[in-house]
Amino acid sequence: MSSYETHEYDVLIIGAGGAGLRAAIEAAVGDLKVGLVCKSLLGKAHTVMAEGGVAAALANVDERDSWRVHFADTMRGGQYLSNARMAELHAQESPDRVRELEAWGALFDRTQDGGILQRNFGGHQYPRLAHVGDRTGLEMIRALQDHGIHQGIEVHMENTVVSLLKTGDRISGAFGYEREKGRFKVFTAKAVVLATGGAGKAYKVTSNSWEYTGDGHALAYHAGAELIDMEFVQFHPTGMVWPPSVRGILVTEGVRGEGGILTNSEGTRFMFDDIPELYVNQTADNPEEGWRYTQGDREARRPPELLTRDHVARCIVREVQEGRGSPHGGVFLDIAWIKEKIPNAAEHIRRKLPSMYHQFRELANIDITAEPMEVGPTTHYIMGGIRVDPDSQMTAVPGLFAAGECAAGLHGANRLGGNSLSDLLVFGKRAGEYAAQFAMENGAVPIDESEIDTIAAHTLKPFENPQTDGNDNNTGPYDIQAQLQEKMQELVGIARSQESLTQAIEEIQNLREKAENVHAIGNREYNAGWHTALDLDCLLTASEAIALAALERKASIGAHSRDDFPEKEESGAGKYNTIIKKTDDGEMLVRREPIDELRADLQEIIDEMG
Amino acid sequence: MSKATFRIWRGNSDDAQFVDYDTEVSEGMVVLDAVHRIQAEQANDMAVRWNCKAGKCGSCSAEINGQPKLMCMTRLDTVPLDAPVTVEPMRAFPIIKDLVADVSWNFKVKERMKPFAPRPPDAEDGTWRMEQEDIDHVQEFRKCIECFLCQDVCHVLRDHKLHDEFIGPRFLVYAASLEMHPIDTENRLEELKNSDGIGYCNITKCCTKVCPEHITITDNAIIPLKERVVDEFYDPIKKLFRVFSR
Ligand SMILES: Cc1cc2nc3c(=O)[nH]c(=O)nc-3n(C[C@H](O)[C@H](O)[C@H](O)COP(=O)(O)OP(=O)(O)OC[C@H]3O[C@@H](n4cnc5c(N)ncnc54)[C@H](O)[C@@H]3O)c2cc1C
Ligand code: SF4
Ligand code: SF4
Ligand code: FES
Repeated sequence: MSSYETHEYDVLIIGAGGAGLRAAIEAAVGDLKVGLVCKSLLGKAHTVMAEGGVAAALANVDERDSWRVHFADTMRGGQYLSNARMAELHAQESPDRVRELEAWGALFDRTQDGGILQRNFGGHQYPRLAHVGDRTGLEMIRALQDHGIHQGIEVHMENTVVSLLKTGDRISGAFGYEREKGRFKVFTAKAVVLATGGAGKAYKVTSNSWEYTGDGHALAYHAGAELIDMEFVQFHPTGMVWPPSVRGILVTEGVRGEGGILTNSEGTRFMFDDIPELYVNQTADNPEEGWRYTQGDREARRPPELLTRDHVARCIVREVQEGRGSPHGGVFLDIAWIKEKIPNAAEHIRRKLPSMYHQFRELANIDITAEPMEVGPTTHYIMGGIRVDPDSQMTAVPGLFAAGECAAGLHGANRLGGNSLSDLLVFGKRAGEYAAQFAMENGAVPIDESEIDTIAAHTLKPFENPQTDGNDNNTGPYDIQAQLQEKMQELVGIARSQESLTQAIEEIQNLREKAENVHAIGNREYNAGWHTALDLDCLLTASEAIALAALERKASIGAHSRDDFPEKEESGAGKYNTIIKKTDDGEMLVRREPIDELRADLQEIIDEMG
Repeated sequence: MSKATFRIWRGNSDDAQFVDYDTEVSEGMVVLDAVHRIQAEQANDMAVRWNCKAGKCGSCSAEINGQPKLMCMTRLDTVPLDAPVTVEPMRAFPIIKDLVADVSWNFKVKERMKPFAPRPPDAEDGTWRMEQEDIDHVQEFRKCIECFLCQDVCHVLRDHKLHDEFIGPRFLVYAASLEMHPIDTENRLEELKNSDGIGYCNITKCCTKVCPEHITITDNAIIPLKERVVDEFYDPIKKLFRVFSR
């Protein structure tokens, strides 16, 4: 018998980013007992790093904006693979969710008449992103955290969930460990919300931290939930490329929103050379018009730098591959040039983009008010994730809900910037609300003790595995993680093919065998190596799902590009989602599911918006 | 590539000491990169907190050659590498293990402070009108990433261990962000004077010097709060005026 502490809740929320905090606040509205678990300290989740803003059709800056336009933009950005109901709810509810943050103390930048200011972002037709300089995520997570700590929620910081617990078909809780002493904890719950964020740590170049190991994806998958559209991984076009140790760190799209331009080694604004069909009507055809757009000219169309992320990333890769890249293998992103256009440009840049200014000055010795930055694509976000009911956010497992980056449906083949922070708020709230309702309508189920011993033994296995695997291969956790990251970057990156993906799946199998024997040194106290070893399970599962779904989709659409299938649609196949599920004998199986025709009123909106 | 030595604090609250590690360093590296390399290659079980690697989350606070800093924002070309670089956890808090300090006290302090309490909305849609210039200062305070480096360096906490009587600069900044919030209606001056112990601060400005967000903690947050406390409790005319104007 393994020893563990037990904590009993009505609703358990796993993850304390924007989605988890919002869900917890909502679930705690009644007098339910709510527990919140997170791997880091409170307020340090990925949400804190978000820069550019949160998308909501408040229409404070341009009154032509409305939920209908936001809906149409989201659907177009997602190449019409998004779940339309989610896109509808998201566009309708995000304004209220943003306003509500002000009631909890958030302070967004202001318009002239004292309302919430909004900025331009890629793929959004009107200035739509409420923001605070370029630290919007910090403002959001702090507002939620500072409000949340007074709602009677019990927080377990620096605790990691390694398995969900089920009793029969229903979810009954979760099993995890606390970092400090490595002790086990069992959380019982009538309903569980997963809000664990993404899986970017599967790649070598990423804007994501150690936390993003696809835990929620793997936990849900093993519990019997479905994953949807896992092939869609967003490579953000602008990550830092130099110096090597900061490669991948994000450069906010806000730089381009404020007038920043992309140029190649020949000084050409290459984005003008390739404007996709779907966007021709909305895109400026000359630099002057593009500039006017960024300065709020309502008659101007947006510059091509603000096309969707998948497209901009591919254009950058093309420039580099064709020999027109910057010295360190990226392209140039220039905001300093605006001094030709406005007085006090340096001051303006520092005020609008303070953390970018700081980041480049401190980490790269570059003054962005005077020199261009070097940027290139970085793994940023996963559009795919846990499949949920669009209204309630419940998965196929009764009592198991998911929200935020780990859930999927809203973003389709490509997410628009700013649509994640709003996603967290809208669907975090819904998940909390429906999880609470589920908990009230369904009694507690006892947990299955025998299951716990098996999980506990598995969790301790890295300490018992021998240090080498007999073939003289290192079986250390960091080594295996690094090998996986190399392979995913190389084989399941921006350009994919049958060959690369088949090889990736093989490599993942090999690494899984190695991970079975992974060895952790030391003891259970705050042992980063052991934690990394345990995260490998999830990272491998998420990676396999990404590769398998990518193999299934024989087309190049949104963030998913196949060298061997350059067409957007496979001939004969209509629009579909890829669905991944664990079979009864433990195999990972992928299938396609056709997308239903749009509801007539929603189709009308799309037709009307052109 | 060249080599450098890092002298890292290893151990838990019962038993700990510095251990030297040699590792490769290259252009552009920060201290956190070196620590990670050592962790991956020589000391898998080393405890260190980090998340964003870009100075945005406030996780990686430590003392580097005795200076309270974010490891992810301290470039190796700003520290002398001809002698071992010491890296140790924040000393104003108990140690959990290696570079990880027990900062839980900070979270408890915040919980007991009076939360934000807005006036009724100005507009029918439930929103408020605020001028940008009226919120500039509060936005400065809200830049805080809760790295707790200011808490680490403040002598009231670090040397005098008055954690029970003084909330420290971080939470004075927090109090200021609430007190100066244009739509907040709560009054926190009584607590600031008594349980929060604002009087312990003798304006040495050490906190301001280490703040990675460059928040002018003393001049913009603490001094104005001290003035409000003085006005409220020691200035009879202002007090009288307040009674009448209520
Ligand atoms: C640098 C950067 C900039 C960005 N900028 C923007 C932007 O401007 N606008 C926008 O809309 N989006 C932006 N994004 C995307 C957006 O920030 C994220 O998608 C979003 O914050 C994810 O929120 P979340 O609540 O789903 O997860 P997170 O905020 O990542 O939180 C996940 C939580 O789950 C916990 N967790 C994970 N696994 C476990 C486990 N096994 N056990 C217990 N807890 C666990 C973690 O500890 C954490 O608390 C940005 C992302 C990055 C990285
Ligand atoms: S100024 Fe006050 S709060 Fe800041 S370090 Fe000095 S005594 Fe502490
Ligand atoms: S005020 Fe500055 S030093 Fe103090 S916790 Fe906040 S960011 Fe860190
Ligand atoms: S890792 Fe986030 S501040 Fe250093």
